[in-house]
Amino acid sequence: MHERSDRYPGYDVLAKWSGPSWNDKTREVITRRLSIAPEPRFFTADEYETVVAIADRIVPQPADRPPVPIAALVDRKLDDQIMDGFRRPGVPRDGEAWRLGLKALNAEAAAAYGKRFAELPEALQDKLLRAAQSGELASGEWGGLRCEVFFRHRLGRDIVLAYYAHPTAWSEIGWGGPASPRGYVRLGLDERDPWEAAEATDGGDATAFRSNRRVR
Amino acid sequence: MSDDPLHMPRACDGRAPDVFRPGGWVPMRQYRESEPVDFAIVGTGAGGGTLACKLAEHGFSVVAFDAGPYFRPLEDFASDESEQTKLYWTDDRIVDGDNPLQLGSNNSGKAVGGSTVHFAMVSLRFRPEWFKSRSVLGYGADWPLDWREMWDYYAEVEQALKIAGPVTYPWGPRRPRYPYRAHPLNGAARALAKGCEALGIKWTETPLATLSAPRGLAHPCVYRGFCVTGCSTNAKQSALVTWIPRAIAAGAEIRDLAMVGRVEVEPSGLVSGVHYHRDGSWRFQRARNVVVAGYAIETPRLLLNSATARFPDGLANSSGLVGKNLMAQSNQAVWGRLEQEVRSYKGPPSLAITEHWNYEDKGKDFFGGYSYMSQGPLPQLWANTLFSARGLWGESLVEAMKDYNHVVGLKIVGEMLPQESNRVTLSDEVDQYGLRIPRITYSWCDNDKRLIDHSLKFMRRALEAVDASDIWIQDDDTCHLNGTARMGSDARSSVVDADCRSWDIPNLWICDGSVFPTVGGANPSLTIQAIACRTADRIRALASRGELEAGSSRPSIQRRSIEVQRS
Ligand SMILES: Cc1cc2nc3c(=O)[nH]c(=O)nc-3n(C[C@H](O)[C@H](O)[C@H](O)COP(=O)(O)OP(=O)(O)OC[C@H]3O[C@@H](n4cnc5c(N)ncnc54)[C@H](O)[C@@H]3O)c2cc1C
Ligand code: SF4
Repeated sequence: MHERSDRYPGYDVLAKWSGPSWNDKTREVITRRLSIAPEPRFFTADEYETVVAIADRIVPQPADRPPVPIAALVDRKLDDQIMDGFRRPGVPRDGEAWRLGLKALNAEAAAAYGKRFAELPEALQDKLLRAAQSGELASGEWGGLRCEVFFRHRLGRDIVLAYYAHPTAWSEIGWGGPASPRGYVRLGLDERDPWEAAEATDGGDATAFRSNRRVR
Repeated sequence: MSDDPLHMPRACDGRAPDVFRPGGWVPMRQYRESEPVDFAIVGTGAGGGTLACKLAEHGFSVVAFDAGPYFRPLEDFASDESEQTKLYWTDDRIVDGDNPLQLGSNNSGKAVGGSTVHFAMVSLRFRPEWFKSRSVLGYGADWPLDWREMWDYYAEVEQALKIAGPVTYPWGPRRPRYPYRAHPLNGAARALAKGCEALGIKWTETPLATLSAPRGLAHPCVYRGFCVTGCSTNAKQSALVTWIPRAIAAGAEIRDLAMVGRVEVEPSGLVSGVHYHRDGSWRFQRARNVVVAGYAIETPRLLLNSATARFPDGLANSSGLVGKNLMAQSNQAVWGRLEQEVRSYKGPPSLAITEHWNYEDKGKDFFGGYSYMSQGPLPQLWANTLFSARGLWGESLVEAMKDYNHVVGLKIVGEMLPQESNRVTLSDEVDQYGLRIPRITYSWCDNDKRLIDHSLKFMRRALEAVDASDIWIQDDDTCHLNGTARMGSDARSSVVDADCRSWDIPNLWICDGSVFPTVGGANPSLTIQAIACRTADRIRALASRGELEAGSSRPSIQRRSIEVQRS
């Protein structure tokens, strides 16, 4: 759990849902994404538990808002067989690579600490993930998959893409969001259309909040 | 909308989707499979789409195949990065070498219109000297083309796409004014301009294939900034909304969701048509000529997969060069943070450019050149860049992402040198059609590394000059694949001649970025389209002189096309 500073107070990209920034196709796609239930279809229950734990470390979320269901978004992508389409020799296709990598991470957790990855305290989880990132994990369970390749091209990539595909994340970073057909008019430095997020500057939180509440 | 363009072909029964009207249709001519058409074209992107249009307008009968769907942008495209991955070629591929390429979103499209459906619209002419880089500049290979002839074809393509650009272009020989006025600069482009001015080099508004004024049923760019995920307003002048409607109006047939798996060769040594997979079964279209235009990976893959007893190493490969000399362009970036809000997500990603290092040869310790452009990554792409290139995750990633609206970046399109060892070969694994998948091997040479190093140092100075803080470099990124079936003036050292005709099989042609002998430091699509326009004119000239090979039932192509038009 952690504090998250609110850089764009009161901004909710979904407030534009019925306005000219969102076309039907976008609403259809986002409706589907927002209705994904936080339970696995592709992963087994054990695998899913590990993905949830990993996602919490890669993109930690604040407790004071409904979380983005990162693991479920990754799960659905794999279940729908949406692939990157390229891989290194010896690396299996995306879904199989996930299964192999999760098995290997749990084996590393068991070898080092006698526990499953999800049962470890956050600091040890981070330590294992850092070791994966820098290529230091070498248990036989990895097979032909190098841990740093898995970390960079599969685990982290899929999790990061899943989180930043969610409107909650868009509001958090003050992105204008979907913009068809309306688009934008004011393009220059320090220029902002009324339907973009206002940033809280020193002491200006209240102004930003009022402005962001009016965004449609 | 009841139909699903990803799973059911749309261009059937004498009609094709009208890309300008939701749910709309246009009439489309249909050809019988059993009767040879003049040209079967594999791929409908920058090369194939353009060629299909021009050949049909010259009176030839044309069927163009694309493995991808036939979209109507107004109804099919969401403002959403994940959804729009449906535009990319994500069939299985293996990448290796010292610098394995990242593909998918980063490389080719799979749709009617090809990669131009999701390209960034930067539309540049090549520097004239690049067409003779071996003899004039001392590296790479000469093209068998004269730049003055290319200059005329560039003008044709710029008019066809209504390129929006500056009144006078700062580099290279004179050229006509761009047809449409330049787009306004966004924050990122202003930062590029200021950096160039501080370093004493020229910059300009980028010539872009997106409308700055209305055109027919397409309305101008609204600066929504989703260009590389597909333009849902039709401002983008992709092949899908420019060449393809013209091709259909001129009598060409487009077959969507039609994956060509093999080019058929007759005992005579000529090709006779293509085997393609559509609607659950394999089919055969007879043709007097076959043009392969599938992008720099799928083109050699198809030629290699079409090997026969007579051509055991694949078609058009007597030189042994099919698949070799694959060239990416370097795409390294320097990123920083401005105190001001940049919000580079607004507008096309690269509204300003400098080609200084394409035209200036002094002060370089490498061959070739590079341009650099302003950037506008959308959130998912940006988050993954911070994660994979900068190694951020956890709190540090989340915090860095909150600076998204302040990010400023410069990215090169750099020339990588042709090397035979960079290549496309066939792996033993097969894809969903049962076809052997490609293996793509890539390693940078010393010259590539020196060019990258030069550009990163220079761009860092440019960002320092605009007072960016927190500057960091993204040193591993590439874009735009070309090469693999190079053109030349000698059958031993090239795959096709200047007319894009294969040296080995006179009725087999290749017309896409595969034919580039060198890539230069400018985005390739304008050159691909210019070559396609030239190829169509050359084919017409060859036909009128009776120099076109035709299948066994050979009336002259000219007479045959007149019959086709009458029937
Ligand atoms: C994100 C991105 C941004 C880009 N931005 C720019 C830019 O700003 N400026 C620029 O000049 N270039 C840009 N490019 C590159 C440009 O789009 C390509 O260089 C160009 O489109 C390549 O043309 P092509 O004809 O070789 O292939 P494509 O345009 O890719 O067309 C190939 C087509 O062939 C089809 N195909 C392949 N094999 C088969 C088969 N066996 N059977 C049936 N169909 C097949 C494919 O589905 C595809 O539609 C960009 C590319 C990307 C990925
Ligand atoms: S910025 Fe212009 S070209 Fe790009 S997607 Fe929007 S309308 Fe299309």
